Amino acid sequence: MSENAVAPKADGGAEIENYTLNFGPQHPAAHGVLRLVLEMDGEIIDRVDPHIGLLHRGTEKLIEYKTYLQAVPYFDRLDYVSPMNQEQSYALAVEKLLGIEPPPRAKYIRILFGEITRILNHIMNIASYAMDVGAMTPFLWTFEEREKLMGFYDDVCGARMHAAYVRPGGVAYDLPAGLVERIRTWAAEYPAVVDKMEGLLSENRIFKQRTVDIGVVSREQAVAWGFTGPNLRASGVPWDLRKAQPYDGFENIDFDVPIGRHGDCFDRYLVRVEEMRQSVRIINQCLDKMPDGPVRVNDRKVMPPPRAEMKGSMEALIHHFKLYTEGYHVPAGEVYAATEAPKGEFAVYLVSDGTNRPYRCRIRAPGFVHLEAMDAMLRGHMLADVPAVLGSIDIVFGEVDR
Amino acid sequence: MTEPSALSKPLYDTADAIRAALPNAVLAAQVVRDEIIVTVRRETIVEVLIALRDDPRFSFSQLSDLCGVDYPERAERFEVVYNLLSMPRNQRVRVKITASEDTPVPSVIAVHSCANWLEREVWDLYGIFFTDHPDLRRILTDYGFEGHPLRKDFPLTGYVEVRYDEDQKRVIYEPVKLTQDFRTFDFLSPWEGMRHILPGDEKAVPAAKPGA
Repeated sequence: MSENAVAPKADGGAEIENYTLNFGPQHPAAHGVLRLVLEMDGEIIDRVDPHIGLLHRGTEKLIEYKTYLQAVPYFDRLDYVSPMNQEQSYALAVEKLLGIEPPPRAKYIRILFGEITRILNHIMNIASYAMDVGAMTPFLWTFEEREKLMGFYDDVCGARMHAAYVRPGGVAYDLPAGLVERIRTWAAEYPAVVDKMEGLLSENRIFKQRTVDIGVVSREQAVAWGFTGPNLRASGVPWDLRKAQPYDGFENIDFDVPIGRHGDCFDRYLVRVEEMRQSVRIINQCLDKMPDGPVRVNDRKVMPPPRAEMKGSMEALIHHFKLYTEGYHVPAGEVYAATEAPKGEFAVYLVSDGTNRPYRCRIRAPGFVHLEAMDAMLRGHMLADVPAVLGSIDIVFGEVDR
Repeated sequence: MTEPSALSKPLYDTADAIRAALPNAVLAAQVVRDEIIVTVRRETIVEVLIALRDDPRFSFSQLSDLCGVDYPERAERFEVVYNLLSMPRNQRVRVKITASEDTPVPSVIAVHSCANWLEREVWDLYGIFFTDHPDLRRILTDYGFEGHPLRKDFPLTGYVEVRYDEDQKRVIYEPVKLTQDFRTFDFLSPWEGMRHILPGDEKAVPAAKPGA
């Protein structure tokens, strides 16, 4: 806290000037390293100036020095609670430039894990949000489920978070034996957990007092401020890239898009809860519809040959060696590939110059634009609403700062 | 340009409509890989974005993304790229302008308010100056950072590094010291780029010399 200026006046009263208050960069409700400079008029917020970049790692610059395959793991580390959705955006961008299409099974696996990731993300958001505004139990109950989901991550790629699983040309490996059944069992049990969690929050008086009519964003504002994903839909705009511009076979999947009406923090929470239920629906459909077959394109110039083949075939060995040293060359051109990541539209604008490295890889992170609106959303609110609004727009600094 | 297929026909229609609606601003409008790319003159960018937003034929009401690209070998080295989304028409368009270090770009905050931070980011990382921007501060880099890191002539390692100094009891800035040289390998294979005919390769001759 600084500049607390209370000037005594001649008549014995006091003239109170605006406070400047630092929120963060180390604050448990800042969801990472956010520094907010708040200009306060008493308890009322006059102006918010978010200072970001404390987690800036120069991802876009680093990718320019890596081959197309080496760039994949950087996408896990952007929004580190929804890794696979971001890999998917990147994979789609590279595939579009290469002119290849992954096999059907790989597409279903991508959707399946995309939705698992969406649930991972929404659990993280809702549970920590509930904790921000005073509820402890949802966090404990739902993080158990999160642990199971990260177990599925582990089963499929060997890592619990930074998967590097969705790659240009398909996915890295096929699902291990028994995983489909385990996911099916989990998907049957999970809706009950959502119901239980909702029972703690949706009609909770304290939770509603903290969130209803707080940080209201109108339809027009949401579009103009560049909102996407659940934040946009909570304001009543029926827009979901999975429906509007289906990718990886989302046109074959049946699901509903929940829409909010008031655009306040509570609606943003409700939209996320319903999205988790829809994700379970999508997961079940994927498990039912998933065909057998390869999970990578049968193009040795993009995807490496199977291990077994490399032991016997010289050509396969050469392909493997070339792919992991030089990488593949992507035709010159530029492409903008957007997917519906859990936080909103996550897009990759990729410029290729025909070599084995991206010339420019611009990452469009939804959180960056959402955080920008903090100033407009918080004006006139109380100090205690800062964590409530911040938590409701689902910010993760890995992607904001890149 | 290839013939439009039935699927991409609306894209060609939109590209043609943009060209017709803004004849003084548009330098080129084309459809590549099912994406509309419109190159406009730098001075007209505000006018173009207003027209694209407000004209009911386009209604590109959301600015999805704004970024820079650096091509040091060009006369005007930077491109500023605006990716717009039209929800009613379910289309995207990419508007591009060029700029150099000392040609300012008109800010589009008045048209799309979310451009504020995006323009700050482009200024921070590329050093492209935006006129009429209310608050053109650095955004992603450190307080007091010098240089524009996404330019192609900025080294990957940067120029300064920070560490906590035990003696001075504070974080200090020092020039970058690498214990080994930055390792960059040229993997570009000479075999891929073979254009000339190898001596003694008779089989290649008829294909390579169509006139002979």
